[in-house]
Amino acid sequence: MARRSHVQTTLNGETVEFLCEPRQSLLEVLRDELHLTGAKEGCNNGNCGACSVILDGRLVNSCLVLGVETEGKSVETIEGLAEPDKLHPIQDAFLENAALQCGICTPGFIMSAKALLDQNPNPTEHEVRYWLAGNLCRCTGYDKIVRAVLDAAAAK
Amino acid sequence: MLENKDYKVIGTRPIRHDGVDKVTGRALYGADFQAAGLLHGRVLRSPHAHARITSIDTSRAEALPGVKGVVTAKDLPDAGDKVADLGEGAVNLKHLCDNILASDKVLYKGHAVAAVAATNPHIAEEACTLIDVEYEVLPPVLEVRQAMEPDAPLLHEHLKTTSLGETADEPSNVASHIQHKLGDPEKGFAEADVIIEREFVTGTVHQGYIEPHNATAHYNQDGQLTIWCSTQGAFTVREQVAEILQYPISKIKVVPMEIGGGFGGKISVYIKPVAALLAKKTGKPVKVLMNRADVFEGTGPTPASFIRVKMGATNDGKITAAEAYLAFEAGAYPGSPVGPGAMCIFAPYNIENVIIDGYDVVVNKPKTAPYRAPGAPNAAFGSETVVDEIAEKLGIDPLEIRLLNAAKEGDRRADGPVHPRIGCIETVEAAKAHPHYTAPNGKKHHGRGVASGYWFNIGLESSVTINVNSDGTINLIEGSTDIGGTRASIAMQAAEVLGISAESVNPSVVDTESVGYTAVTGGSRTTYATGYAAYEAAQDVKRQMIVRAAKLWEVDEANVQFADGEFSSINGKEEQISFRDLCARLGETGGPIVGSGTVNPGGAGGAYATHVVDVAVDEETGKVDILRYTAVQDAGKAIHPSYVEGQIQGGAVQGIGWALNEEYIYNAEGEMTNASFLDYRMPTCLDLPMIDAVIVEVPNPGHPYGVRGVGEVPIVPPMAAIANAIYDAIGVRMTELPMSPDRLLKAMGKI
Amino acid sequence: MPIVAIPSLLRNLTNGKESITVPGTTIREVIDNLETRYPGMKARLCEDDRIKPGLAVYVNGLLTRGSILESVDADAEIHFLPAIGGGIAAPK
Repeated sequence: MARRSHVQTTLNGETVEFLCEPRQSLLEVLRDELHLTGAKEGCNNGNCGACSVILDGRLVNSCLVLGVETEGKSVETIEGLAEPDKLHPIQDAFLENAALQCGICTPGFIMSAKALLDQNPNPTEHEVRYWLAGNLCRCTGYDKIVRAVLDAAAAK
Repeated sequence: MLENKDYKVIGTRPIRHDGVDKVTGRALYGADFQAAGLLHGRVLRSPHAHARITSIDTSRAEALPGVKGVVTAKDLPDAGDKVADLGEGAVNLKHLCDNILASDKVLYKGHAVAAVAATNPHIAEEACTLIDVEYEVLPPVLEVRQAMEPDAPLLHEHLKTTSLGETADEPSNVASHIQHKLGDPEKGFAEADVIIEREFVTGTVHQGYIEPHNATAHYNQDGQLTIWCSTQGAFTVREQVAEILQYPISKIKVVPMEIGGGFGGKISVYIKPVAALLAKKTGKPVKVLMNRADVFEGTGPTPASFIRVKMGATNDGKITAAEAYLAFEAGAYPGSPVGPGAMCIFAPYNIENVIIDGYDVVVNKPKTAPYRAPGAPNAAFGSETVVDEIAEKLGIDPLEIRLLNAAKEGDRRADGPVHPRIGCIETVEAAKAHPHYTAPNGKKHHGRGVASGYWFNIGLESSVTINVNSDGTINLIEGSTDIGGTRASIAMQAAEVLGISAESVNPSVVDTESVGYTAVTGGSRTTYATGYAAYEAAQDVKRQMIVRAAKLWEVDEANVQFADGEFSSINGKEEQISFRDLCARLGETGGPIVGSGTVNPGGAGGAYATHVVDVAVDEETGKVDILRYTAVQDAGKAIHPSYVEGQIQGGAVQGIGWALNEEYIYNAEGEMTNASFLDYRMPTCLDLPMIDAVIVEVPNPGHPYGVRGVGEVPIVPPMAAIANAIYDAIGVRMTELPMSPDRLLKAMGKI
Repeated sequence: MPIVAIPSLLRNLTNGKESITVPGTTIREVIDNLETRYPGMKARLCEDDRIKPGLAVYVNGLLTRGSILESVDADAEIHFLPAIGGGIAAPK
């Protein structure tokens, strides 16, 4: 086994430390080392977006980032989105719009939508579709997801 | 006849019970399962499409530090020539076992050959590369017509064609032949003024669920096997694993985790028995995960097919005869959905003279699995394109010709039984009345197409238990894994009976030791059959509560009635108590109340859909864009309309992918060359417009609330509807799926 | 008496007749009576006194549990069709 590196990063606003092998992706670290399983593995090569997280304000596929690359950076995951007594408006909009079926892609879509609305609070339908094109959903046909993101933008 | 009446809960849109867990990342799917001492399993797969295994040497893999166990087909019990009874018809046990771990031959690239358990997944992957397998490579058979040739290489030396109980003398790749015949097709064609006959080819496509297969297994020292996994049915996993391992079902507990999509693809087991073998060998819990390439190459897609359709009609549009030839690729082992394809192909029409022949044919591709209305989309691509061409030849509006010939209650299906109350006409009429159908559509290279589709839906066994809480809520225990909001649609049916809110029901999907037998979430059966069981369990609760109210008031049970959530006394005493208040008095009136319901209903009403689509064809590139899409469907009664719309939209979009992009692309050696989401191009949201889902409600007399299954039929019409729209746009009939840019350019004569 | 629709692939046993009226109050009795009149029929429909795997029995348009013990009305219409289960086409 390769020697494990010590990494310190900010995760959902808290400082965390972990050990990981150089070959371990951020997705593996989140799921297997830190037990945050909200980010999902659908393809492990950046095609499905189910593992989307926000790294220093930028939307990334966590399967394409190495764990060691997060040293000194800030990572936001689905687990950090809601407040103790209140869901994030995007989460509320997904529930109100029935924008999920099996739910496996949902954390990725919500993180992508958050990254979009953080930089463009009033996107058009086309901008939402363009931005979310890196996230695959096989259940919904995307209709209700797009509506949920537009609703969340309007509610802000 | 059921009428659409006013309900309090049914037809509303509550937040789904598992919603918060799923938007916060807390919901636990199969791959999220953790256990102390967990080992990680990976599977070695065949690089060849067809080969004999001459030797397997696992010693180098076993010597790698961190490896705890290696298994091959030798670790499976000898299947002999037993027939496995899976409760839903039998399958050859050797076929079932060989698909888990190949014994003598590999029959497709990706066929599992061996598996390793190690202390981490990377070591397991590395160890797989250290297993030495020697193969004698054989010529692959990659296409259904090739496989049916008399001199085609045989996949199975002992496979002989069966035709309803009769077995052929010589072996072949044709596993079975089915036939439906109604009336006198020859006479029907003689009466026709116009006859159209066309041939169609469809590619292999995958369900494309985002969550790969997963399984964690653990053997206790007392022989108790537990499997945590994503599945469409925990009980079918238990049955299949019991058959494959020849192990008693009472020693196997299957715990269904949340499931990340299935669409039919998570019924058959693949790595679950492998995880069990590794757990037995190592004495540790073992988690086996597939990667995306494993999913494409090692699990069941839906078949490629060759289809010939011939239909005849009189000048006034009456269809007088229809004939279909369906040859479906079963993949490596028998069992394609040619049966349902043959049942559904002409079902939107009342035709007096029909003959349908279907062939189930093995080829060197993964063993096919169900995918949303299995078989029906392939079939409808053929028949609905031919109907469109007949309408065009006769100068009749394509929806009008469907209305002229529409199947209705009392008409005989081509496969024999008579239709009960169905909503075929209603969906066509709703499509015709929709503003989409009358909107202008005259731009160059823009076209509009329509198509209809049918899926029969199924019932099968479901069980529900209800435990009544003292605060007026109920805990609803069910065995149907929730893939698309069925906790809500099932809970709402119990809530309606008891006059309580949807939020007053706490639904739980539990393991095989905690609820009565429940068949898979498939066949569009869950809201129908498990909902029906919930209705029955709630009725049971109601009956018991009436006894308690009678006791409380010292009246005869016959003098207690229940309406709008209130029990009241009739004849004499004027007493009244709400469901909630009576729940608080269960202790003093006799103790806890548990209601139960089990069903195996035969009245799953068939579902019809009619779709309208506008496309734009780029003449330079051959790319087709979907401009507008309207999907009309009979839901019987929509319990939770948002999730019914979701099924319609999702099914339509899977159909759009099947129509325009999706296919397994094979090279001459039988290797899939596009086994990733990047190259197997499923639709993204940028490829699509909003999907207008229109729900029609023609109640199903076979369900207390009129429910029909809704999940499958929306994938049936899109391929033909889009082909018909492409014809409208550029005047070319597309007969091959997918209708990808290269095929369009060829059809237009540009390349 | 119940009417049995004879699948086209079995009509070689019935001289081409598409439906047969036979007495019987259960599927088992109906099949036994069919066998008496058209020998060979039972072997095509049953295996070890059970409906063959891969076959489904419809009575009056409704899918039954596929048991030969299923009772049938005097005027029942019976069909034998390829079985479908859970979206699975049950292979033989």
